[in-house]
Amino acid sequence: MSVNTSNELRLIWVYPDLLSTYGDQGNVIMLARRAQLRGIAAEVVPVRSDEPVPTGGDVYLLGGGEDRPQVLAARRLRADGGLARAAEAGAVLFGVCAGYQLLGEEFAGEEGQPVAGLGLLDIRSERGEQRAVGEVAAQLDPDIAGEMVEGGAPAVRSLTGFENHQGLTRRGPGVRPLARTLTGIGNGDGTDGAYHDHFIGTYLHGPVLARNPALADHLLTLVVGHSLPPVASWADRLHQERLNAVLAGKTRPVCKVQADAEPTGTRRHRHHAPGTCTTSPR
Amino acid sequence: MIGGRLALALAPGLLTDLTAGRKVVVVSATNGKTTTTRLISAALRHQGGVATNAYGANMPAGHAAALVDEIGAEYAVLECDEKYLPGILEQTRPGVAVLMNLSRDQMDRAAELRLLADRWREALAHSGVHVVANCDDPLVAWAASSAESVTWTACGQYWREDSWSCPRCGGPVDYAVRDERVEGVRQPSPGTWSPDGAGWACRECGFARPEPEWRLDGDRVVAPDGGSYELSLRLPGRANRSNAAIALVVCACLGLALEPALARFAEITSVAGRYLTVEDGRRSMRLLLAKNPAGWLEAFDVLRPAPSPVAVSINARGPDGTDTSWLWDVDYRALRGRPVYAMGERRLDLAVRLEAAGVDFEVVQNVGDLSSDRIDVIANYTAFQEIRRYVG
Repeated sequence: MSVNTSNELRLIWVYPDLLSTYGDQGNVIMLARRAQLRGIAAEVVPVRSDEPVPTGGDVYLLGGGEDRPQVLAARRLRADGGLARAAEAGAVLFGVCAGYQLLGEEFAGEEGQPVAGLGLLDIRSERGEQRAVGEVAAQLDPDIAGEMVEGGAPAVRSLTGFENHQGLTRRGPGVRPLARTLTGIGNGDGTDGAYHDHFIGTYLHGPVLARNPALADHLLTLVVGHSLPPVASWADRLHQERLNAVLAGKTRPVCKVQADAEPTGTRRHRHHAPGTCTTSPR
Repeated sequence: MIGGRLALALAPGLLTDLTAGRKVVVVSATNGKTTTTRLISAALRHQGGVATNAYGANMPAGHAAALVDEIGAEYAVLECDEKYLPGILEQTRPGVAVLMNLSRDQMDRAAELRLLADRWREALAHSGVHVVANCDDPLVAWAASSAESVTWTACGQYWREDSWSCPRCGGPVDYAVRDERVEGVRQPSPGTWSPDGAGWACRECGFARPEPEWRLDGDRVVAPDGGSYELSLRLPGRANRSNAAIALVVCACLGLALEPALARFAEITSVAGRYLTVEDGRRSMRLLLAKNPAGWLEAFDVLRPAPSPVAVSINARGPDGTDTSWLWDVDYRALRGRPVYAMGERRLDLAVRLEAAGVDFEVVQNVGDLSSDRIDVIANYTAFQEIRRYVG
């Protein structure tokens, strides 16, 4: 699938000098570790923003970033072209928070001005009125959850993590939402993230792959093209504990999203309809 | 504190009134501000009365309470939360502002770091305050270089993950000394690092480490005239040597004799319970506080060497920051080769992190379950307070 012809998995950590705000290293470490647990050698290659992005990677990870570094990262990635070529060659792309937004068509810069993204995901992001900060629990999109089960990963259909952003993201017809939120804001329309083909993004930042080992395994499955044997890890316990804690309403406002309410992707800034959210006592 | 908050609500100009006629020193940083405040206060007490918020109540209500407590004191030494620094500079008109480091900390409630540095920079530009700043931290150097007078001090900054990109133009920052801390990761090619000498510089705009007047060199502080002062601290580790170095420069700026100041520094053995050894009848525990990735780097520096055991306790309540993502910015490989215990309300987050770092560990409920009789305990804020309450 990719241009990497060695047996070693190459994980490209894109621009840790600009896109590494809070625990982003966690996604890189988890991916490498879960590959190694299956006997697959994995090499992590950090690529600073002054270096060319190599095209021979299997997975490219883009982390979170503050406004100005995000704009710089988009400009340099567009000028460099390496990531787009790798994407075209079939590499797996995984972006979180700022990294998610910049995989899209457009996002908001320091002053809220529209900045061109990489155009790899059919999403457009703008700045919301308030910051979304807190734990998120969500249900994975049935299509991607189904693939995870087929891939041999545990039958996990939920996503948990922490969000800290002020973005609102509208999805175009070219993507599906990664998950439907049970608590938290995500894209701002009752969903979080987006995916298409081998490109996946989410607002859940930092170590989202440590919180969701099934998602980490899904990325690996996309690369190796076959299912992976399950492995036991503390991450499964953490996933369940966080999910229970968040759904018990201990940590943040709970927004109940009706299962049959299909988000249109064109609604803007619909944080919570009155009456559907309750703030739980801490 | 509550008195302070009420007083401020009734009299918004209170801090200005309370500091009028006093010599005020304001200390701000992500890490080390409580200790540095304590060191400066200790030296000044030799000279006269000192009002200070010694217990880390570092927002305006805490400042007001401290100033009222010592209403006649000639000096005020105020530890200041990073976000409140611009307001405190304006209200208290300090003679000296001490700025040490800025790094990621409690991102769920803090402003973006660059934004914070920009706000410091604006506030310092026309403040007339004399700044004593650590030139080894690019974010601090950017913030402080707007001030009219600065005494640059090289006291080290081992944490670099927030300063790979120039705070002025966003260009790549090169450091003279490379390190090997990024986990499981190949280092950038040597060509991207400046070849020799100390310091850092932006490759694009040329913004570079200001030339220090004072510098920390191992256990000694070297003065502008080449004379040097030996730190004989009882507080452990390089972070405390950095704190003491910058505190000594503040003493010099205030015209104090430095040898007596050093003697005061050497008397301090713990700060707000940190570095204290406590007993619970079955074991002796040395308490270390580490609240963020840069703080962890410094905590590792003072650990007893392996195979000495370590317990780690992590909570994620409001004062800790409710987001545990930062655990992944700490290189826990430093804990390999010794008994390690994971505790605290977020021990599962810690377990996943330690497992990924290849550290053998045991998950326990609390310090009562530790099977070592002499152990270093590293905890974040509320976990630390819990352990102190447990041992009484």
